Amino acid sequence: TVREFSASEPRRIEKILIANRGEIACRIMRTAKRLGIQTVAVYSDADRYSLHVKSADEAVHIGPPPARLSYLNASSILDAAVRTGAQAIHPGYGFLSESADFAQLCEDKGLTFIGPPASAIRDMGDKSASKRIMGAAGVPLVPGYHGNDQDIDLMKLEADKIGYPILIKPTHGGGGKGMRIVQSPDEFVEAFLGAQREAAASFGVSTILLEKYITRPRHIEVQIFGDKHGNVLHLYERDCSVQRRHQKIIEEAPAVMFISCLVSSCNGNSFVQPNVSNDFRSHLGQAAVSAAKAVGYHNAGTVEFIVDTVSGQFYFMEMNTRLQVEHPVTEMIVGQDLVEWQIRVANGEHLPISQSQIPLSGHAFEARIYAENVPKGFLPATGVLHHYHHVPVSPTVRVETGVERGDTVSMHYDPMIAKLVVWGENRTAALVKLKDCLSKFQVAGLPTNINFLLKLASHQAFENGDVETHFIERFQDDLFVDPSNSLLVDKVAGAARFGATLAAACLIEKENSEFRENLPGSKGINSIWYSSPPFRVHHCARHTMELEWENEYDSSGSKLLKISTTYKEDGSYLIEAEEDSSQCVEVKVTCIGNHDFRVEADGVIMDVCLAVYSKDQTQLIHIWHGSHHHHFKQRIGLELSDDDDLEHKPRFEKSSYPQGSVVAPMAGLVVKLLVKDGTKVEGGQPILVLEAMKMEHVVKAPSAGYVHGLHLAAGQQVSDVSRSNNTSSSLSFLNSFGKSRDHAPKLCSSRVSYRNFDTISVVRN
Amino acid sequence: SASRKSLAALQIAQTIRNYSLGVLPDGVDWNSEAFSRNSKAMDGLISDLQSHIHKVLGGGGTVAVKRNRSRNKLLPRERIDRLLDPGASFLELSQLAGHELYEESLPSAGIITGIGPVHGRLCMFVANDPTVKGGTYYPITVKKHLRAQEIAAHCKLPCIYLVDSGGAFLPKQAEVFPDRENFGRIFYNQSIMSADGIPQIALVLGSCTAGGAYIPAMADESVMVKGNGTIFLAGPPLVKAATGEEVSAEDLGGASVHCKTSGVSDYFAQDELHGLALGRNIIKNLHMAGRSLKSGLQNINSEYKEPLYDVKELRFIAPTEHKQQFDIRSVIARIVDGSEFDEFKKLYGTTLVTGFGRIFGQPVGIIGNNGILFNESALKGAHFIQLCTQRNIPLVFLQNITGFMVGSRSEANGIAKSGAKMVMAVSCAKVPKVTIIIGGSFGAGNYAMCGRAYSPDFMYLWPNAKISVMGGAQAAGVLAQIERGNKKKKGIEWDEEEEEKFKAKVVEAYEREGNSYYSTARLWDDGIIDPADTRKVIGLSISASMNRDPGETKYGVFRM
Repeated sequence: TVREFSASEPRRIEKILIANRGEIACRIMRTAKRLGIQTVAVYSDADRYSLHVKSADEAVHIGPPPARLSYLNASSILDAAVRTGAQAIHPGYGFLSESADFAQLCEDKGLTFIGPPASAIRDMGDKSASKRIMGAAGVPLVPGYHGNDQDIDLMKLEADKIGYPILIKPTHGGGGKGMRIVQSPDEFVEAFLGAQREAAASFGVSTILLEKYITRPRHIEVQIFGDKHGNVLHLYERDCSVQRRHQKIIEEAPAVMFISCLVSSCNGNSFVQPNVSNDFRSHLGQAAVSAAKAVGYHNAGTVEFIVDTVSGQFYFMEMNTRLQVEHPVTEMIVGQDLVEWQIRVANGEHLPISQSQIPLSGHAFEARIYAENVPKGFLPATGVLHHYHHVPVSPTVRVETGVERGDTVSMHYDPMIAKLVVWGENRTAALVKLKDCLSKFQVAGLPTNINFLLKLASHQAFENGDVETHFIERFQDDLFVDPSNSLLVDKVAGAARFGATLAAACLIEKENSEFRENLPGSKGINSIWYSSPPFRVHHCARHTMELEWENEYDSSGSKLLKISTTYKEDGSYLIEAEEDSSQCVEVKVTCIGNHDFRVEADGVIMDVCLAVYSKDQTQLIHIWHGSHHHHFKQRIGLELSDDDDLEHKPRFEKSSYPQGSVVAPMAGLVVKLLVKDGTKVEGGQPILVLEAMKMEHVVKAPSAGYVHGLHLAAGQQVSDVSRSNNTSSSLSFLNSFGKSRDHAPKLCSSRVSYRNFDTISVVRN
Repeated sequence: SASRKSLAALQIAQTIRNYSLGVLPDGVDWNSEAFSRNSKAMDGLISDLQSHIHKVLGGGGTVAVKRNRSRNKLLPRERIDRLLDPGASFLELSQLAGHELYEESLPSAGIITGIGPVHGRLCMFVANDPTVKGGTYYPITVKKHLRAQEIAAHCKLPCIYLVDSGGAFLPKQAEVFPDRENFGRIFYNQSIMSADGIPQIALVLGSCTAGGAYIPAMADESVMVKGNGTIFLAGPPLVKAATGEEVSAEDLGGASVHCKTSGVSDYFAQDELHGLALGRNIIKNLHMAGRSLKSGLQNINSEYKEPLYDVKELRFIAPTEHKQQFDIRSVIARIVDGSEFDEFKKLYGTTLVTGFGRIFGQPVGIIGNNGILFNESALKGAHFIQLCTQRNIPLVFLQNITGFMVGSRSEANGIAKSGAKMVMAVSCAKVPKVTIIIGGSFGAGNYAMCGRAYSPDFMYLWPNAKISVMGGAQAAGVLAQIERGNKKKKGIEWDEEEEEKFKAKVVEAYEREGNSYYSTARLWDDGIIDPADTRKVIGLSISASMNRDPGETKYGVFRM
């Protein structure tokens, strides 16, 4: 009844709660603000100071960091909406965006859910069900078996009918779990049973479906939009074929256009790339619109298709009932704001334009910048963004981000740092811009995939548009440095050495000029001592530096580069790497800003950016120059270990007592015993209290272990051990502590000397 | 018309205000034959100098340097580099001390000394070079160490001793140990300076044996490096000989013993870099509350102009042949800011040029020779020195002097009296004094122009410098006359050939002993400098002398 009311009496949304975080929350707020709509953010404890909270008009705390207790906690989000008087909830993507229950709850509470109807979410959520509906609506499906009858023999017959290779996958779940590719009939049974077991274990439902396996698939999806008046249109397609760990990393729109271009494949066969001609595009679009209409869809949605690059056939895969991560590429080519459309549709308005009015202009790319460890199989990384400087934003370059310098990428959420979206008049122009922007996108503090994305975008096959879902596996030799390829390794090492050279020059220039500007003491009096270059009598001043290069594409780890810098009379630096003195580079540096330098190296002038931060006892130095990004470590302090300054002790004390002994620090009276002989103690635990010189001293255990040989009583006088003339009698009490993991009650070897006890003085009144 | 008149007056006034009175013209005739001869000769001298320096910078040679590196130790100049502020200059002194002094070579006398800033405060560095004879003290090593302390005491510079020495060089103990200006004086100076509030800091980066042990022990604060630094009165071999005790160096006098047990040292360093960092921290924490500079010395312009003429041209200006005259103003023009020099008494006593200028913004009074000193020149010099001391202006002496005028007329005019006045003025002047010998330095001219005996704060030589009581030829003439007289008394005939041989020997000895290397090897100066560095070296030296309050100058009795 609520919905009917709002439809008949168009009450416009004036305040939106965004049930999400990060870049998408910020992105939605931006459109809302433009439309004059107030925004409410929700945040977990981990996001108290994050950008999406700062960007919102109001923000409500919804729980602890784990998503299931905060961003997935429907009731606290709904409470937040009620408290702040928001009329609508935008779920973003991920989290609750595809929860039919949540959409329903919103409706029940009288809140507008900015998204499709709960029924459509439910219909598309079940893969088998959705395929059934699509099949009925005439949307092409991958040949397969989606039946409820899970009899193995029947399934095998079905498989034979479809033809091999066959894909076996569970009806529920995702992420590749339980999926099997079967190449021939004799492998079928084993694969089927395995998939069933895995599905049961992972999702609790063991229903399996069969599909034709497409060897060289492309992932093409169509953006659709529907209003509440039954109009549905499509906004062309996106190509999201390049993926890693089943997640997209570079998307583009429109899909690569080929006019019957012959491309040679790896195995030497020629095949025809699908011609995404206007004809094909409208077929695809029509199929997507039909799919949406079949479930009574409104608001933004995406219909994913798999395209067989060999046959040029496309098949329905699934429908995502939300705004997609990669929606900006579509926005860039059609010149529309999809979030605005979402809000207007939620308000009950008609779609603003008709299918034939939708423009299609140029080409757009989106690269997803993740905090992740590329050489370790793209594992998500966490850390602090010590330096974060992205390319300047313009009408053709968008940076969608939810973080700022100093923010932490935590383990609680998706490690995406930003989406870089670029537009060009055609694919080539857009690609040039993408590469330029990637090389200028600066992140330091945690590992990212920027260098990898750059390599990917620079790959010949990518430039040719020869994309498919196995792209990374297919070209891994080009995309990762193979340590056995000495030519390539040398090239990479040479670039790093040059990077180190520039970094050394910039570091010295920066340090010296900063010191000059902040001269301590009476300013100016000694300033001539800091003129540049520093003066030396009859020789040039030199500076040596050790930089540890972290090679992120080589598991062999870091390499120490010793760099020697000579100050030249004209203010430039002569820099040589110690292991290769033949390579001498003359560098002249001009500081431009805090991080930016203009550098002339052997006659070539270039921009260099430097980010320096310290962590523990090391300084981390990141440098960007040309299209290169290198990082180095420099030791700036000591790693002090407790044992170090204790390893030496005068001999007369060393030999007297067994290791682990506790000896009276001075002559005194035992006031109180806090443990008994044989007690298990922790390191630092008080053992007894001693009184001497009118003060109480607490004697503590040097390490964890068991007390041995404690033969003392309160009131007993103990004497000082340093009177070594009578060693045996001055040994007043002696406790041994064993450092033992298994807590065996015996004296174990301990590296702790007698001096390692700690005394606390307690002044007695 | 009235307004036009006043406008014209204003224009004239502005012209006068902007009139550059003191800018020196470039008086060098670059096309002259003398110039090309000079530049050729100086080229040779400079390349000789560079080759000597190159050897000295290599320390005790590749083997010793390699051994040093294998112990995770830096070379002394590298150690100093790490102590200095980033990008700071270092004024090293007497690099060529010990040059060809002993049979064995002793680069830089086995010790590096010099001045540079740490946390903005100028410090005197004294660093043993363990690659040179194990850092042991030869007589010249002691002399160089003492000279550094003398400068530090005079200029109130905190001392940082980078100790890595085996102590006195035993074979030469008689020249190292007993006398007033010998080894013991080092510790005496430490005590006196410490009493005077001049911080004494020792960083023990290597061994520090016997007498050397007193350097950290006498220091206000000391740092010891684990593993490398040891302090003991007697090393393990001597201990074994004396008491029979067998003990390792580390157990006998390592950082742990001295930082934890004996208290001989105050800061425990994990490694050399840590030790040097601790050294910087000590200076950072000095504070020296209440010790501010005297107002008279703060007349420094932070903005200054470079000279109009290339300072490098100084390499070709000074004549290598001392008989040849040249205008000292062409040197001054390449030293002072903007080549601006306001000459005092320009028309009187013209063989001595006096006047005011600035070097790196610091005001200076410059006294330079333009020929033999006459009565008037000496009186002018004395007058000018008085002016500068009254106004707390540091003095720069540019020496190129064959001596005072001789002859009956001069004597009758009382040249000795006039010379005495200048010597009195030079001796008593308490303002910072820097002397550069840019040519000859002979006889009483050396005295009046603030030679070594007149305790200039700093004194440097150009490679072409000659220092002796008189010229070699003159000395040969005098000595030959006396010799001929002696021989005549004994009735011996002296033929001309013999006499020429005798004279040649004297001339040769004077040449050798008057040579700049002979001087600098014996520490009669603070180093030979490249003429191209003159401006820089004077600027840094004066800056280093500004840490002290010069005090009031009092003169003795001037003979009128």
